[in-house]
Amino acid sequence: MKINQKEIILEIDHLEKQYEERKILNQVSLQVKKGEVIVILGPSGCGKSTLLRCVNGLEEIQGGLVSFNGWNVHDNKNKIYEVRQKIGMVFQSYELFPHLTILQNVMLGPTKVQHRNKEEVKKEAIQLLERVGLSEKVNAYPRQLSGGQRQRVAIVRALCMKPEIMLLDEITAALDPEMVREVLDVVLELAKQGITMVIVTHEMAFAKAIADRIVFMDEGVILEETTPEQFFSNPSTDRARRFLSGFSYEKVKEEEKVAI
Amino acid sequence: MDLNVIQQYIPLYVEAAILTVRLAFFGILGATVVGLMCSLIQYYHFPILHRFVNGYVELSRNTPLLIQLFFLYFGLPKIGIVMQSETCAIVGLIFLGGSYMTEAFRSGFEAIPKIQEESGLCIGLKKWQVIIYILLPQAFLVSLPAFLANVIFLIKETSVFSVVALADLMYVAKDLIGLYYETEEALFLLVVSYLIILLPISILFTLVERRLKHVAIGN
Repeated sequence: MKINQKEIILEIDHLEKQYEERKILNQVSLQVKKGEVIVILGPSGCGKSTLLRCVNGLEEIQGGLVSFNGWNVHDNKNKIYEVRQKIGMVFQSYELFPHLTILQNVMLGPTKVQHRNKEEVKKEAIQLLERVGLSEKVNAYPRQLSGGQRQRVAIVRALCMKPEIMLLDEITAALDPEMVREVLDVVLELAKQGITMVIVTHEMAFAKAIADRIVFMDEGVILEETTPEQFFSNPSTDRARRFLSGFSYEKVKEEEKVAI
Repeated sequence: MDLNVIQQYIPLYVEAAILTVRLAFFGILGATVVGLMCSLIQYYHFPILHRFVNGYVELSRNTPLLIQLFFLYFGLPKIGIVMQSETCAIVGLIFLGGSYMTEAFRSGFEAIPKIQEESGLCIGLKKWQVIIYILLPQAFLVSLPAFLANVIFLIKETSVFSVVALADLMYVAKDLIGLYYETEEALFLLVVSYLIILLPISILFTLVERRLKHVAIGN
């Protein structure tokens, strides 16, 4: 495969994370190559969101290593601010800054952190907002947007930093079904452009379509790491099989219905 | 009521009002700074320091300004700290107002979800930048009604400044009553003076609040 020859930009090695006595992540190892799209699946509370949060140093770790472009993320407290500029993260709850307009939200990082030219950033921000269909909302406040629109802004805000990798943490979980599509279409577009992504999601069809690799986790451990074709048609663990069967429903037949 | 007497007294009241406004301005400014610092200490739960802040807030809120001024003006010189009347008044107002401002801003900071801070960190902002660009503006917006109420409260509290020998509005009124027994005119002018200071501020604040209402906090 051609992807194998590409450089590894994110390496997670025997990562350990615990809250008090509870182990959230147990010896998690994962490598992400440039241009790859990895989808992490697993039941709620399996540690997938925590894993993403460890990658950009939002969580302290108790063991192992996260290395981004050869930098140990948890090693140097000051380096982390540099690392985070290269890692875009989008949350389930959008987390736009409510006191800033859409344009200001997008421009904050590039101007205050990267100290780029204001006019240049503005042009780029407007272009990006146009691409996700929000050109008319540049001067609106987050409150005036729908959930799907806010999430698209959050994606643009991360993109405008020109990140080398995007972490998407259940970005459609808080959205109404018809808004899920508009957000996922944006992500599919990013995948086509070759942007490296690690995605946590519960949208199975989307995962199947976008992933180069599926990582299946439960109770803080990676149980499977395989291609989407393999994972969805013939998962190798029982746990994954049970997990997948939770997404399909059997038709309730007329004769089985209890008469009221 | 004698209009001639009133006319005669007006310059005295104007002078006193200017003093009141000046002292109130510096006192409130100082109280705002103290309040911001103390509320940040509480928000980030700085070890030891936040205990001091808690102690200060309780001490300051549960003693009257009058007693605080007595302490500053008559008590501190006993241990060698002598302050001018004006300094005393401003320090007293900062001491009292600081705790009220702390409480106002604290509720503002607490209203911001933790993940907003993380969201700021994620675009590479440093911790102090998160405070400046994300936390402070939001906290300020949330605490604005409480803040404005405090400003008006503190201006009214200045009416005890005469105890530290300052010729403020209250002092002028009492003086005129004592000297000439023109009680009605003196008290009338006192009420009018406070209204002239406070009403415009109050109206302005209402307008500001209404304008900023559209910026709702939280998603």
